[in-house]
Amino acid sequence: MSTTRKFTAVAVGIGLAALTACGSSDSGDEGSGSKTVTLVSHDSFAYTKAVLKEFEKESGYKVRVLKDGDAGTAVNKAILTKDNPQGDVFFGVDNTLLSRALDNGLFQSYEAKGSELILPQYRVDQDKHRVTPIDSGDICVNYDKAYFSKHKLAPPTSFDDLIKPEYKNLLVTENASTSSPGLGFLLGTAAKYGDDGWQGYWKKLKANGVKVVDGWEQAYNVEFSGSAGGKKAKGDRPLVVSYASSPPAEIIYADPKPKTAPTGVADGTCFRQVEYAGLLSNAKNTKGGKALLDFLISKKFQDDMPLNMFVYPVREAAEVPQEFRKFGPQAENPETLDPARIADNRDEWVKSWTSLVLK
Amino acid sequence: MDLARTEVEPRAGEKPPARRRPRLRPCPRTHPRTGSAARLALMAVPVVFFGLFFAYPVAAITARGLRIDGVWRFGRIGDVLAQSDIRHVLWFTTWQALASTALTLLIALPGAYVFARFDFRGKQVLRAVVTVPFVLPTVVVGTAFLALLGRGGLLDELWGVRLDTTVWAILLAHVFFNYAVVVRTVGGLWSQLDPRQEEAARMLGASRFAAWRRVTLPALGPAVAAAALMVFLFTFTSFGVVQILGGPTFSTLEVEIYRQTSEIFDLSTAAVLTLVQFVAVGAILAVHAWTVRRRETALRLVDASVTARRPRGAGQWTLLAAVLATIAVLLVLPLAVLVERSLDAPGFGYYKALTSDEGGIFLVPPIEAVGNSLQYALAATAIALLIGGLAAAALTRRDAGRLVRGFDALLMLPLGVSAVTVGFGFLIALDKPPLDLRSTWIIVPLAQALVGVPFVVRTMLPVLRAVDGRLREAAAVLGASPWRVWREVDLPMVRRALLIAAGFAFAVSLGEFGATVFIARPDNPTLPVAVARLLGRAGELNYGQAMALSTILMVVCAVALLVLERLRTDRTGEF
Repeated sequence: MSTTRKFTAVAVGIGLAALTACGSSDSGDEGSGSKTVTLVSHDSFAYTKAVLKEFEKESGYKVRVLKDGDAGTAVNKAILTKDNPQGDVFFGVDNTLLSRALDNGLFQSYEAKGSELILPQYRVDQDKHRVTPIDSGDICVNYDKAYFSKHKLAPPTSFDDLIKPEYKNLLVTENASTSSPGLGFLLGTAAKYGDDGWQGYWKKLKANGVKVVDGWEQAYNVEFSGSAGGKKAKGDRPLVVSYASSPPAEIIYADPKPKTAPTGVADGTCFRQVEYAGLLSNAKNTKGGKALLDFLISKKFQDDMPLNMFVYPVREAAEVPQEFRKFGPQAENPETLDPARIADNRDEWVKSWTSLVLK
Repeated sequence: MDLARTEVEPRAGEKPPARRRPRLRPCPRTHPRTGSAARLALMAVPVVFFGLFFAYPVAAITARGLRIDGVWRFGRIGDVLAQSDIRHVLWFTTWQALASTALTLLIALPGAYVFARFDFRGKQVLRAVVTVPFVLPTVVVGTAFLALLGRGGLLDELWGVRLDTTVWAILLAHVFFNYAVVVRTVGGLWSQLDPRQEEAARMLGASRFAAWRRVTLPALGPAVAAAALMVFLFTFTSFGVVQILGGPTFSTLEVEIYRQTSEIFDLSTAAVLTLVQFVAVGAILAVHAWTVRRRETALRLVDASVTARRPRGAGQWTLLAAVLATIAVLLVLPLAVLVERSLDAPGFGYYKALTSDEGGIFLVPPIEAVGNSLQYALAATAIALLIGGLAAAALTRRDAGRLVRGFDALLMLPLGVSAVTVGFGFLIALDKPPLDLRSTWIIVPLAQALVGVPFVVRTMLPVLRAVDGRLREAAAVLGASPWRVWREVDLPMVRRALLIAAGFAFAVSLGEFGATVFIARPDNPTLPVAVARLLGRAGELNYGQAMALSTILMVVCAVALLVLERLRTDRTGEF
């Protein structure tokens, strides 16, 4: 009886302490005055603290970051809440979803300072300037170096290679309707083989034993034999659809760090993804939002970005980390698609892909 | 679904021992008029809570999908249901839930018997252990389960059998998750059935089987039905398990709602599916409420501690061994895989890495997620106890009319409504003053409390109902105020149930993932959210840290449940 009473008292005490602790620690950044600017993004948004601190010091704004689920979810949430947005700037809409965001009027026009230094191949929406490109990444087939050297087989280098008999039952990819690398890979084949050809290509890929799993986590960390997670899970697929920056990640997040990456990238299988940011239509702090957009394409942020988010900068002469240049260079001739063309066809392609590959 | 991982069945074990009170039925109908006024007052807070934080957000997001340009498009319902893909999803959802329920009963009923009737060393710890899966987030368990059933798993190494991306993986994972529901619901009652009744029947010449069939089975029937319906509800709304283990070819209604809302952004299809699930869950809960009412008819119950004894004879020892082996393979092994992988770096390397924020995935070191989770869970527990306690007090009287029974069902609905619907609903409904909660910390515990309340109500209600009404009357006649009556009569009897409810609400809040992931703030990730983010990145260190955090979450849940087990058994002489 007495122990019970003590337990109650302790539990209530802890509860109250927690409530007050949460309350007080949060009261500081709720100030919605014009000195706070809020960036809404997806879970993968990451940066070095010192770099953001410096921006805060120079501009006088305090930055609040709101990570809002995976990329697709974050965009959808931003569209749902656009009349009363959760922040001032949205970062993280990519070319596969860009039209959805623009058609729904998510952004207002603003030409960021320094946007003339953005590499020309990344620029879109040049007449209205509703979005500013921030980073790019390539979705590519990764291969397990150990497997191919053990079997004395050259790793594949192109989409065409993947349907050859020597690569039968080696590739694992993601569901195009639920995973962004999965969708990117589908779009890559659509760009490469065109409206008439991509379905025939996938039929051959299916006949060649491609395995489809739902998400990147499972494909990369479980099925793929080359990743750290996959090795533990005894993954037996030496080819996986992932990113060009995955091999450097295998080095940077390893302890001890190996001299060379255990995985490589099949250069001719890449689809280029570009991520954009924009000023939200009903932003409360437009001035702060504009300053934040300028910062996102400043050299300081563009230099900082690659090792935090595993993407490439879009600004001329921004620094690309040594590990990237060595183990995960950008594809020389990636497949690309116009966002408008993606918007027109995405749902239909995904639907026919689903019935072709999954059924 | 993640939102639904909670034990909702009361354990009859919390009822006071029958020796002091041979009849469990309280005297109903004391002061009908003042009673109903008081009840309305008690109901006000829970009704407002559910109205604001459940009904309103869910209605808002559903309306967004079905009301286009100011016109309701109910025709969409027919359009969506006519699609063969959707009908396929409905069919798969139903049959896998039926199969999962049957398999769970088959595997867990012997366990319920063993826990109820046998006394053996380590029983308390084991009961806590089998409950751990129930409160773990599916994102964690799915990963571990895959390692067991998938390639290179135990089955693969022993017999070359691989079950990943087959329906068997889904079914077995459902057994893994819901084993505790059957053991606790059925076993709880079983342990209190007086074995002497069965013995008396045998003395009168009935065979062992006939005695069991005529005496024990009818008494257990409603509890088995209630457990089966709960398992059916949880597997019908299954999300994480199906997504991770089922591969892209299997999809339940819940997974499809998530896909339509979050990936495809087809809100009107999502709204139709939400309504379909709503109707199905409502029907399941109605049947469930009916079986629970049937079970509450008077049974001769005894203290659980007198019914369990050490196994005797080869048959009983074999049964015990078989149940222990099942638990070891099906429940303990997947959990052990997590621990093993978290230790796969020299000198607890993954655990040490959790304290640094160099990874940059979070704005804080991942270990801070532990503190966040504990704070949120404590706040959620406080809210759930307040709301659930008031609701249970309002529902105590048996002269409940239809209105009250409807209210009872309303409290259970969050268990069956998709977490993505609730999460998106919060976003668009709670965005204007005075209810601008989107950027406040309280929104997370509020969402988690939605899942905790049904459990609190289900734990408290039978205990409150078992309090003899005459005690209250006597106190009132002697001049005690209603508050004093509650404090002096009800509270001492329900204190333990209250603590158990609190413990479960706490564990469930810790593991809640589905709704939290939509609203948790980036600088305050919870444990399951942190695990999911770490799993979403390449590299050994991230994977190892995810396993280490999962292990920490598992240990915290296990400790909370072990404390409950202690509360559960040192009851003797309490009342």
